[in-house]
Amino acid sequence: MSGFLLNRLVQSIVLLVIVSIIGFTVLNLMPGGPLAQFGLDPGMSQQDVQRLTAQLGLDRPLWIQYLDWAWRLVRGDWGHSFRDGSSVLAVIGRHLLATLLLMGTSTALAIAAGTWIGIRGATHRYSLFDYCATVGAMVALSVPTFWFGLIGIYIFTLKLGWVPAGNMYTIGDGSVPDYLHHLILPSLVLSLVHVAIWSRYMRTATLDALSQDFVKTARAKGVSERRILLKHVVGNALLPMITLAGMQLPSILTGALVTETVFTWPGMGRLFLDSLGYSDYPVVMGLLIFSAMLVLLGNLIADIVIATVDPRIRLA
Amino acid sequence: MTTIVAHAAPTRWWHSRAVNRFMRHHLALLGIAMITLLVLACAIGPYALPYDSLHIDLRARFAPPLAGNHYLGTDPLGRDLAVRLLMAGRVSLAVGFSAMLLSTLIGTLVGVTAGYRGGWIGAALMRTVDGFLSYPSIFLVLALAATLRPNPVMITVIIAVTSWMETARIVEAEVRSLREREFVQAARMVGLSRAHIMFREILPNAMGPIIVAASLAVARAILLEAYISFLGYGIQPPLPSWGNMLNGAQQYLASAPWLAIIPGAAITIAVTSFNFIGDGLRDALDVRNDNF
Repeated sequence: MSGFLLNRLVQSIVLLVIVSIIGFTVLNLMPGGPLAQFGLDPGMSQQDVQRLTAQLGLDRPLWIQYLDWAWRLVRGDWGHSFRDGSSVLAVIGRHLLATLLLMGTSTALAIAAGTWIGIRGATHRYSLFDYCATVGAMVALSVPTFWFGLIGIYIFTLKLGWVPAGNMYTIGDGSVPDYLHHLILPSLVLSLVHVAIWSRYMRTATLDALSQDFVKTARAKGVSERRILLKHVVGNALLPMITLAGMQLPSILTGALVTETVFTWPGMGRLFLDSLGYSDYPVVMGLLIFSAMLVLLGNLIADIVIATVDPRIRLA
Repeated sequence: MTTIVAHAAPTRWWHSRAVNRFMRHHLALLGIAMITLLVLACAIGPYALPYDSLHIDLRARFAPPLAGNHYLGTDPLGRDLAVRLLMAGRVSLAVGFSAMLLSTLIGTLVGVTAGYRGGWIGAALMRTVDGFLSYPSIFLVLALAATLRPNPVMITVIIAVTSWMETARIVEAEVRSLREREFVQAARMVGLSRAHIMFREILPNAMGPIIVAASLAVARAILLEAYISFLGYGIQPPLPSWGNMLNGAQQYLASAPWLAIIPGAAITIAVTSFNFIGDGLRDALDVRNDNF
């Protein structure tokens, strides 16, 4: 187990280095480099820009700049926001919880619905339900998340008046039911795509498990179909889903960014867009790296969990 | 001998098993039909409609669909929505299609090189693929689009350089399995150059998965363009795209819901069609994929 863990940890660190190189390249692709926003400032003379360039060490070779930047990342010095001067990590920290709440809720919804649809599709293969689920999943994968959000607001807020159109809580209220009330629509919207992906994978995994020898053995012993499904099939089918949950993280984050914009949800996605609007590059860069680190961490956790429950993997 | 060859039934590509299987895939045929209709409408439609996509008519602001000659209504500036939708379709479909071509090209080059060369070159390339895949694509696309000049060509390039990784992975796996096959060993023994073996001998045998990935890549590219244009960092007005038509539609959701509903429906139809086609191609070309 520890060998597997160590191996996996080293892989993650290598990947983290590659991710940081990509991020650094993006930063330097910006025209004019990290000082681009000063180019338009009439109060900045050419000398000022040159002085700043030397001061920030931007005239050094790129690889030294990279090492310097990466070392500061490791030490937790992610720079300061251009907007209010607070540290980038603190700014991200203020918005992290809202995003995790939205992502967590919608993932839980997607797993519950997707698992059920997938299993039912596999046990009732080629039925009307299975057919509708297959076509429905493909359509759901094709609907732009923001459009689904707009339609949701139109129907459930403007026409029916059931849920609020946005924000995380009502100002002056902020009780738990109020939070939940605000959470319903955005998390449903965000979960749609993932219900589709999850149910398709779950269907394949269930079919796979159903064709295994241990299912035949159980049937031969006279175990009821229901018991076979619950005791033997579902557990085995859910195993690969743990890896899938890790793999889906980037697309959940992408969806969260769009959903947060439509529902004015005060999370990382909104922060990212606001910072882009203000040309607040330290925060933009910080979020870019942070989101990739979150994805790597998620994959690492998924691998550890699956190795804990499935001895075949950690012993292989 | 010659007579036998002459009389042998010619096997044309449209008699092949793959085409046969594709034709039995109803959803894929539906997808092809819808895309054909959409492309024709976008190509011809704007000439048939009596309005220009940039013509502003403030007296006709917020006309609902089917009001007068505005079949799909008008926007806050009184521009005809139908003609704008079709002009936007040209941009969105062109961006989606070109981004697919470019990303498939990059992905194939990387995948073939990594798969055939293997060793540290292959490892480095594939870890780069993993690195790119660790980023939520929209964060990367937005950061690039916000700083580089957002014209349609640049948007296409940005989408392509952030979505070639899936193709690279598929091609790499395929090429790695083909590398040790007899025909490749034969080619090596004959002394063919590495580039010739990679691209003339191996690549044609990996075309099935590439085509499937490409059809799904169009769908993804159209969606990605819609996302960033909706957020204001993609195609810039006055040039319409399906995504930027939705930018600002939210504030008129109560008074003019068609502004949000119609362009979104167009995106959904186009993306669904390409996904259907991709699904049909996967069945027809017998590409094993764990996704579905």
